[in-house]
Amino acid sequence: MIPSSIETFPELGPDKVFADYLGKGEFKLQLCADCERHIFYPRIVCPHCGSQNLAWVEASGRGVVYSTSVPRGMPEGEYNISLIDLAEGPRMMSRVVGIEAEKVVIGMAVMAFIGEIDGVRVVLFKPAEGVQ
Amino acid sequence: MSGANGSSLRGSVAVVGVGLTAFGDLPGRSARENLAEAAFRALADAGIDKNEVDGLFTSNFPDTFPCLHAAEYLGLQPRVMDDSNIGGSVYVSQLQHAAAAINAGVCQVALIAMGSNTRSKLKQSGVIDAPREHFAYSDEYKPKAPMNAYALAAARHMHEYGTTREHLAEVAVAARAWAALNPRAMRRSPLTIDDVLASKMVCDPLSALDCCLIADAGAAVVLVSAERAKQLAQKPVYLLGVGVAMTHAGIAQMPDLTTTAAAQSSKIAYAMAGLSPADVDVVEVYDAFTINTILFLEDLGFCKKGEGGEFVSKGNIAPGGSLPVNTNGGGLSCVHPGMYGLMLIAECVEQLRGTTGERQIKNANVALCNGNGGHLSSEVTAIFGTEDTL
Repeated sequence: MIPSSIETFPELGPDKVFADYLGKGEFKLQLCADCERHIFYPRIVCPHCGSQNLAWVEASGRGVVYSTSVPRGMPEGEYNISLIDLAEGPRMMSRVVGIEAEKVVIGMAVMAFIGEIDGVRVVLFKPAEGVQ
Repeated sequence: MSGANGSSLRGSVAVVGVGLTAFGDLPGRSARENLAEAAFRALADAGIDKNEVDGLFTSNFPDTFPCLHAAEYLGLQPRVMDDSNIGGSVYVSQLQHAAAAINAGVCQVALIAMGSNTRSKLKQSGVIDAPREHFAYSDEYKPKAPMNAYALAAARHMHEYGTTREHLAEVAVAARAWAALNPRAMRRSPLTIDDVLASKMVCDPLSALDCCLIADAGAAVVLVSAERAKQLAQKPVYLLGVGVAMTHAGIAQMPDLTTTAAAQSSKIAYAMAGLSPADVDVVEVYDAFTINTILFLEDLGFCKKGEGGEFVSKGNIAPGGSLPVNTNGGGLSCVHPGMYGLMLIAECVEQLRGTTGERQIKNANVALCNGNGGHLSSEVTAIFGTEDTL
């Protein structure tokens, strides 16, 4: 897509908008009105088609663990670093909590919630028993 | 992009000088001193006066202005300066930039050089040279950079293809066997599969012996046109193909953790060279972690996707195996100065010159290297050949 509507770039960038939603306890994704694909992380243009016509939509929170690892010897002890495939399509890094770090497995269904790491609000996941 | 296949670069430039410092602990030396030693060794090897260098290509993690510092230190007045950064693969990509610049006539003598004192700096101050940038939407979760990215790729490869920790260990054992034949290599004592499996877990499923060394080192190569190369002392090693590709910056955005951009970069390089994997006599890949070698051998076409674990087993890539891979001992057992890519080029050139002693591959005419950068982010494939391949 050749950029055409340069006047539509928002004054408040999507990083700030996402963080503000997170502050209010909401996990939002962007949805491109032109190619109809969901976008994460937040962008000022669609990385797929180049459109600026992006809307904020509530994330379902549903996801599946795409890969997982436990970094060892970290100051705060053992935790899990996972890549989560969101039901809407995008992938994100996060932690799966509420389960021993090394018991998180690829293919596990997980559900998002908003938590904190070192006082910073982040999207975390927990096992979604019975959730498909 | 159509038609931009770069095939006019095939065989148009040659590496005519190589310079290396000692590898390992160089506690009395700065990174720039290591770069300068390697640069002057490469120029001496080529028989070219340093004031003839009019294209300077370098890169490192800690500096913001690597070219300015290197040019000032060496007393150069380059007309082409490139200190771009796409990770440790960057020096391999600078072969492409240098070849294009020489062909366009904007420079005639290209010096690609690097120097690092990351091992000594770590020991002396506890600080490791690392990329400075923040990975938004990832760093909050505190992944262990950079091995977490490679660990996630390894875990996914295991899940999809049944690759095992023993397969990963085979890569480390083969690298060590090659290092045993290289007097310059840092780790030369025997290594077994069990040693690797028993070493401390760093980031599941990667253990300490699945991870590369941290080394002080300098490396440099000199490139000139093929015409000029014929007049110089060393046997020219021609650049036959080079391809650059990327898939992501942060690992969360990598489309498929089991297929790297080397699938694309190698396609470009093979097309430019007019060669296929079967034509390659010796392979050097950026083995920052054992999973890299498996991923790259698949993506470079030496085995099918998913079969890398079996391919590297039973000594198949070790001395005496069917495919010589990482003949210097690699980043795992020879040297890894934070950004390893230039070491790949140096080993390709020395193998094609036939000067590598005990580890020399007989009648090697085509050498391929694959540089990796960031978190499996950028991949750069280069193919070199002797005069017989032109």
